[in-house]
Amino acid sequence: MYLYPVWVRLWHVLNAILVIILIITGISMQYTDRENSIFIMGFARAVKWHNVTAMILTFSYVLFVAGNILSGNGKYYRIERKNFFSDLVKQLRYYAWGMFKGEKHPFPATTERKFNPLQKVTYVLTMYVALPLVIISGLGLMFPETTINKIFGTSGLLLTDILHITMGFLISVFVIIHLYTCTLGARTFSLFRGIITGYHDPDEQ
Amino acid sequence: MKFPKAWPVLLLAAASFTCRGAVIQNMQAGDTIKYVSEFAEQNEHCFICHGQEKYQYANETLGTTVKDLMSTDRITRRKDFYASNHKSFACTDCHSPDYKTFPHPGELRMELKYNCLDCHGGDEKFSKFSFDEIDAEYRQSVHFKLEEDGFTCWRCHDPHTYRINIRNSENLRETIVYDNNICLNCHSDKNNLKLMSDKEDFNLLEKHEWLPNQASHFRSVRCIECHAKINDSILVAHQIVPKEEAVRGCNECHSKNSILMASLYKFKSKEQRRDGFFNGIILNESYVIGANRNEYLNIISLIIFALVFVVIGVHIFFRIIKK
Repeated sequence: MYLYPVWVRLWHVLNAILVIILIITGISMQYTDRENSIFIMGFARAVKWHNVTAMILTFSYVLFVAGNILSGNGKYYRIERKNFFSDLVKQLRYYAWGMFKGEKHPFPATTERKFNPLQKVTYVLTMYVALPLVIISGLGLMFPETTINKIFGTSGLLLTDILHITMGFLISVFVIIHLYTCTLGARTFSLFRGIITGYHDPDEQ
Repeated sequence: MKFPKAWPVLLLAAASFTCRGAVIQNMQAGDTIKYVSEFAEQNEHCFICHGQEKYQYANETLGTTVKDLMSTDRITRRKDFYASNHKSFACTDCHSPDYKTFPHPGELRMELKYNCLDCHGGDEKFSKFSFDEIDAEYRQSVHFKLEEDGFTCWRCHDPHTYRINIRNSENLRETIVYDNNICLNCHSDKNNLKLMSDKEDFNLLEKHEWLPNQASHFRSVRCIECHAKINDSILVAHQIVPKEEAVRGCNECHSKNSILMASLYKFKSKEQRRDGFFNGIILNESYVIGANRNEYLNIISLIIFALVFVVIGVHIFFRIIKK
């Protein structure tokens, strides 16, 4: 079953590479110190790579949103209000219990519904909440003169930084969980193969 | 493309001008203006000519009144002097009483000037200012090498106008402007620089072009944060290092053990805020990315990461045993 068109796959691989570089450089900056002890990579190099990668990510994000609007791919992210919580519980129960008991996937991927309810929620939160926030706050840190000086007596730069770090952290958590859940196909690497070839085996999950 | 490069200069100049204006306003509104020197009347004999750019005197030989311009390095404004550390002095405490005679006797040109240590050196009363250690630091400074060309403490600390700054600072931004203006007085004024150095004129902003967010840095830290070697036993570092040894690593300030805590925030660091932020005292005045990370968020993030890996580990475990 052909699920992932070429542009989605190209964007996905670019996005994956960029996010991984941003996480690595972000952690390097977070754990640096005055003596420039190297944690993964040196501070100056981490800053340079982080900034360049972030600008490319911003550009690729704009393309992603435009692509979703123009190609109709955005419909797969629409969350249905009906049975919202019960569907989430159903999917969670499957991961925590059902899959070990040999139960069938409650929401198998089809050309009409690429993502299960849990995927939809996490993808929407990541791509339409966390990513815009991390991009906006990142631009605020890259151009600090554009940030508001004080917000209710607290430094605007401080709040921008905390927002950026928090969103970056949540995206890191998402990446870890995303990578793990991608091993939950019929075979450990079949879902990874799917996003490379574009074909998803209907029998999987 | 000159305009975009020039805007930090304008910003710096505007900040400098604004802050100086504010300082002057505060001085007029605050205690300083109320300060009345017991030598005010006596000093007025000097200020009447040396207090502004223009002066006049009666030429009794010709029977005329002569108006002339005062040399800029001979001008001390009253408001600056009476706000300075030496405001309680009479002019003749440091200068010869013979200056009371006008025209001043020619031999007064040979008058030796005091330096800081002549009064402050080895004196217990001033021990908290560590003048002797400052002098030792200064002797290792690049500025000391210029002494043969006439450089003295006074080049930076004009005894007629200098006032204690960081130690009494209630507004760090104004303190930064005041302190940086001491450096800029020579390093952004080629005429003043030429008095002391044969170096080619240079553009300070171009030299610091590598510095990200240049205007923000110039507003938020003093030149000496990067250009002076930190000495733990004195409040303000006086050992200006050669430019090759200046701080260039971002992480020297933007890290948990930021050097700013040993320099700009040294005096305040004893009042460390305890609200979960590393180097929290900085937050009273500013925010330094990297130096002000929040320790609670650090801990929470590590716990969440650990939980994620535990859940994944348990899941993998059950996947293996249920295979």
